[in-house]
Amino acid sequence: MEFGHFLSALTPLNLALALFGVVAGTVVGSIPGLTATMALAVLVPITFSMEPASALILLGAIYTGAIYGGAYAAILLNTPGTPSAIATTFDGYPMAKRGDGDLAVALACFASVVGGLVGALALLFLAPPLSKVALAFGPIEYFWLSIFGLSLIASLSTGNLMKGLAGGAFGMLLSCVGVAEISADIRLTFGSQMLIGGFGVVSALIGLYCIPVLIDLVAVPDRHLKVEDDVRSVRIGEAFRLAMRSKVNLIRSSVIGTLVGILPGAGGSVAGLVAYSEAKRTAKPHQKFGEGEPDGIMAVESANNATVGGGFIPTLVLGIPGTPPDAIVLGALLVQGVRTGPTMFQQSGSIVFTFIYGLLIATVLMLPAGLLIGRYAYKSIVTIPKAVLVPSVAFMTIIGTFAIRNSVSDVLIMLGLGVFGWIIGRFGFAASPIVLGLILGPIAEQGFVQGWTIGAATGNLTGMFFGRPISQAILAFTLVTLILPPLMARRRARKEERHT
Amino acid sequence: MLRRSILKLGAALAVTAGLSGAASAEINGPVNYIIPFGPGGESDISARFQQPYFKDKFGEDLVISYQPGGGGAVGWASLNGLTGDGQTIMGVNLPHIIIKPAQKDVGFTTEDLNLAYMFHFTPDAIVVRADSPYQTLQDLIDDAKANPAQVTMSGSGKASANHLAQIKFDKMAGIQTTYVPFKGTGAAVTALLGNQVKAEWGYTTVGAKQGDQVRLLAVAMDERHPLFPDVPTFKELGFDMVGGAYRGIALPNTASEETTKLWSDMIADINADPAFRQQMLDGGFAMLDVGVAEMDDFMKARAEEYLKDAREAGLIK
Repeated sequence: MEFGHFLSALTPLNLALALFGVVAGTVVGSIPGLTATMALAVLVPITFSMEPASALILLGAIYTGAIYGGAYAAILLNTPGTPSAIATTFDGYPMAKRGDGDLAVALACFASVVGGLVGALALLFLAPPLSKVALAFGPIEYFWLSIFGLSLIASLSTGNLMKGLAGGAFGMLLSCVGVAEISADIRLTFGSQMLIGGFGVVSALIGLYCIPVLIDLVAVPDRHLKVEDDVRSVRIGEAFRLAMRSKVNLIRSSVIGTLVGILPGAGGSVAGLVAYSEAKRTAKPHQKFGEGEPDGIMAVESANNATVGGGFIPTLVLGIPGTPPDAIVLGALLVQGVRTGPTMFQQSGSIVFTFIYGLLIATVLMLPAGLLIGRYAYKSIVTIPKAVLVPSVAFMTIIGTFAIRNSVSDVLIMLGLGVFGWIIGRFGFAASPIVLGLILGPIAEQGFVQGWTIGAATGNLTGMFFGRPISQAILAFTLVTLILPPLMARRRARKEERHT
Repeated sequence: MLRRSILKLGAALAVTAGLSGAASAEINGPVNYIIPFGPGGESDISARFQQPYFKDKFGEDLVISYQPGGGGAVGWASLNGLTGDGQTIMGVNLPHIIIKPAQKDVGFTTEDLNLAYMFHFTPDAIVVRADSPYQTLQDLIDDAKANPAQVTMSGSGKASANHLAQIKFDKMAGIQTTYVPFKGTGAAVTALLGNQVKAEWGYTTVGAKQGDQVRLLAVAMDERHPLFPDVPTFKELGFDMVGGAYRGIALPNTASEETTKLWSDMIADINADPAFRQQMLDGGFAMLDVGVAEMDDFMKARAEEYLKDAREAGLIK
């Protein structure tokens, strides 16, 4: 951890790689369907001829840039560019609609940098102890974590609980289609080859979020986003002041993101949701989450970028990749001859620490790069005439969906879900609960089956499900999330009654 | 992915242009190497190891992409629809390509796949934590005999190599253990390290990756793995178990015999490289050389064994 590693991260080549990585990652991440995983997979061979540390810096920079880039489409098109940015749409798109899209993009950038720094610092200073978190989470903990995630539907859809829950249940049902992840059963395909691969999260994201936006764009004559005529393109200062005011939110969300990132199999989408609901739970009375509240964007964006550093903790310390992009980095390391695991910090310490400093530097570089690209992205989306915007976005949805695994089935599923999403949207059903159900369903199912198998084998089912301390804590959080919003609503209603 | 389509287009043009003189098969330009799983698994890692050697020996890039879904079925079902000009290859895995079509219609049959080469296998192994009370395989057997079903063992997937090994070994040893399926080897190892299960049905590669955090009790090989000279084989301990998960590549069935043979030779060439072999052995793999010529016999023998095991286990009818 000496200063020397910091200096070796600072070579011109490494700086250039970090900058290039962040920019490339941001662009890739901003396109729905193109994920960090893909960008890394294509670029890994280039890194074979590099020094291991430089290779890692490039890969880490792309990864962190892509997670930030996912916010653009979420804010400007209501379509998460990556699953991590699902919760960014909640407040990002309303902000963009009312003409604050530039502010939202700048806020996302500040928050992503803070989150990225917190995650990378945790990786630098606390990796070995924090890696124990990954091991403390057994099947049952994942089961309860996913139930907690589902309970967030309740807090996200205040006043519309039944519809939210119905959407969540529908999403879980969709997640059952295809070859089951652990039992290898083929379910609900009705003999069709098309459904054997199931409903992919990314194709569902594109369909359920993007298609309804496109249909609405065509159906109404107004401009896509409201644009203020007076010149106020520079809103970086305003964003900075807002971010400074929300220090607590930023730090809390970053810590949540780091911790969730350490859990293999949870990922940026869960981190963003948990941070969002925490921010909403502790909101001040004047804040209206879901209607364009800056704190909502900041919570999600800081949390999902914190998962980058967090996810590298089990990857480097235990050799267990936290996320699919981590798995690719792990593969690249193996080819480079670097063995991950507990001894890595001693044996390959110089590579690891140079990499971590490189990640920190890349995160800092994301600030100018992200603000610049963000402004460009915002300007092009608001100024492009609808007649050009709609076909190009429609084209991207199809290319993006096809690119996931070169499957026409995925494109058909995406289009079908899109039209379906638009129809049920008219009846007040939102896309997010469905996608939440789709993401969390398999985690819940696997955790339940594994926990039940182990519990039944050891003859202690109750202890398995309710006796473990971490499970109990998650269960308690879940109950609070479920019970609190209706209680608060009732109290508020009573108060208003008294006033009138 | 976009890049790949452009590459494909380029390759197609090159092929059309060179039609007149193209009597013998050759590869022109980057090759699309599809892994029908997500990144990070043994299939991905071995493809990554092959990548630089391929570039070195044949001057072209191997572009790896992932098409996960249906436990590999989505990829394999799509393979024969791809262009068979030798610019696209796909990873194949045993027992998957034998067991899956036998269970249900998954869009491909074992015979449909045009296998070019099987290059290695990861031998089955029983893995325990370094602090486990099981010092030897006998300790585990004794515990399982005294406490039927209470010995929990994680593994990757159901009806998989790990699962078949568990069923087979239980029968041979006359014990009853509880198999807990996880999504992939990574998750199964996490459960083992986190003390959620007592042992894991894994591969020698787990021992190579996790180092002194874990201990192998036995490996399913004919002879001991050079990386683990102290770990006995199942055979030494009186259990006739040799096998694991086998990996190789296949081409679309429209590929000409020459093209398939070319790939068989190229992979054989990489497999024969001493530096590559050493890398793979260090990673815990066991090398294997089955080219197109020997493929039918190899597959027949493997299919017989896997299908028999799966039938006895009630995994297929």
